[in-house]
Amino acid sequence: MTQISVRNVWQEYGDKVVLERVSFELAPHTFCTVAGPSGCGKSTFLRLLLSQETPTRGEIRIDGEPIAPEPMPDRGVVFQRYSVFPHLTVLGNVVLGLEFEGAPFTGRLFGAARRRAEEEASEVLEKVGLFAERHSRPHELSGGMRQRLSIAQTLIKRPRLLLLDEPFGALDPGTRGAMHELVTKLFEEGGMSVFMVTHDLQEAFKLGTRLLVFDKVRVDEQAPERYGANITYDIPLDSPLRRHGYVGIEDTLQKTA
Amino acid sequence: MPHGVRWINRKPRSAALLAAIPLALLLVAYLAGSSVRLAENPNDKLMPAPSTIAETWSRMAFEPDTRTGTRLFWEDTAASLRRMGLGLGIATTVALGAGLFVGMLPYARATFSTLVAVLSMIPALSILPILFIVFGVGELAKVVLIVIGVLPFMVRDLTQRVVELPLEQWVKAQTLGASSWQLAVRVVLPQILPRLIDALRLSLGPAWLFLISAEAISATSGLGYRIFLVRRYLAMDVILPYVLWITLLAFAFDLALRLLRRRRYGWLDAEAAG
Ligand SMILES: Nc1ncnc2c1ncn2[C@@H]1O[C@H](COP(=O)(O)OP(=O)(O)O)[C@@H](O)[C@H]1O
Ligand SMILES: [Mg+2]
Repeated sequence: MTQISVRNVWQEYGDKVVLERVSFELAPHTFCTVAGPSGCGKSTFLRLLLSQETPTRGEIRIDGEPIAPEPMPDRGVVFQRYSVFPHLTVLGNVVLGLEFEGAPFTGRLFGAARRRAEEEASEVLEKVGLFAERHSRPHELSGGMRQRLSIAQTLIKRPRLLLLDEPFGALDPGTRGAMHELVTKLFEEGGMSVFMVTHDLQEAFKLGTRLLVFDKVRVDEQAPERYGANITYDIPLDSPLRRHGYVGIEDTLQKTA
Repeated sequence: MPHGVRWINRKPRSAALLAAIPLALLLVAYLAGSSVRLAENPNDKLMPAPSTIAETWSRMAFEPDTRTGTRLFWEDTAASLRRMGLGLGIATTVALGAGLFVGMLPYARATFSTLVAVLSMIPALSILPILFIVFGVGELAKVVLIVIGVLPFMVRDLTQRVVELPLEQWVKAQTLGASSWQLAVRVVLPQILPRLIDALRLSLGPAWLFLISAEAISATSGLGYRIFLVRRYLAMDVILPYVLWITLLAFAFDLALRLLRRRRYGWLDAEAAG
């Protein structure tokens, strides 16, 4: 069974080939971590999964259907920065997703509907450990709390796929450890798949049930833009093979650190 | 200088006191100049004594004018503020709508952004004659001049603010299920309102300029009308308090907008600082 299938995807910007011939299939409930040298196209690929951009060639399907041409609530996203709304409180940031659904014209819920939405949002905030801060504004939160909030925003829409682009890259190591526990818990409880880009290889091994490494296979010294990156390692981390038998991976991975 | 602490690191103990010094000097210079000139020629009109200015002002503010029966100072103030309020009110409302529209929709941007850029290059005063021809010499032309004078700048500024919102926010809102309209009212608009206040503050100066110019050329009341009217009689005792008053009004508007922004949108500055 597959949830996501990526077939022969290319992404080019003018003459610059960023991704070429990317193909893989993802089983349901996979925590897929993605590593690779900086600038090799990891974020670009994430944008394709998000439908923020459309591949130049190839096709991406979710549950057998071609993905929608624009971002949709079935795929939640957390970026490294700027993904919470600074003008709303913590609670307001989470309720927002329910308000969009329940109030097409005003985008605001009132009365009983609002109370129900706030209860649901409070539960999610409880889950990510932010309930006590529900009346704060994002600028009063630490970096880790802001990322928790961004995750809470996505959870309220119950996405099938959670896309994370270096979500903990700007956090200090202690905070990062706590975030690892959180996403692992959410992944195990939630039943969704997670697709997480990271430049921290330890993180990729620790969290993933599958690791994809992106890199350029072919390099033209005269024209570095001529060839794009592809998947160079595809490692099932929940198998006994974990961390064995991948000669050469160190080389690629060194570059990511 | 021993233990030379750099000048950039030396701070005055009382900034308010230092700020008062040049203003006080200016006042003293005027008083000195005025008394010297008046001693030479008691009929000198160029630098009237403060007592003369106060007398003239209180006559205009508290005694009904013999010809019109109204208190001219307040009538002029009301007329000017009405034009200003209408002009800025219309400009602000239109700019908000247009800024959202052009800033958010690629189709609108492609269609209108060049037009707005071209329009904002037209020196508004140069089309004042056209406005008088089209709208007559009544109130409308003056209000329209203010609107035309500040609108292109405001639209450009707000459009820019919309475009500057982090791309991450646009994508995030879409993954939360926002329609274009919901994105406009719940994500973009609330973050643009504080910028609107900034744009309005920057537009106050030009707006006064356009108002006074229009009143100078054709009006029957208004602060600008009055100072240009009495210019013929060299009535500095009228012009000076009017100029002070206009300055005070401009300062008060600016201050009010600044306070409003700080009270309602403190998070924005905290965001920028953090
Ligand atoms: N819109 C774009 N136009 C042109 N080049 C782009 C665009 N987006 C990304 N790129 C290029 O694609 C390459 C991969 O970028 P990115 O996906 O951000 O890398 P990574 O996330 O792996 O560090 C970079 O060389 C970047 O300059
Ligand atoms: Mg990246």
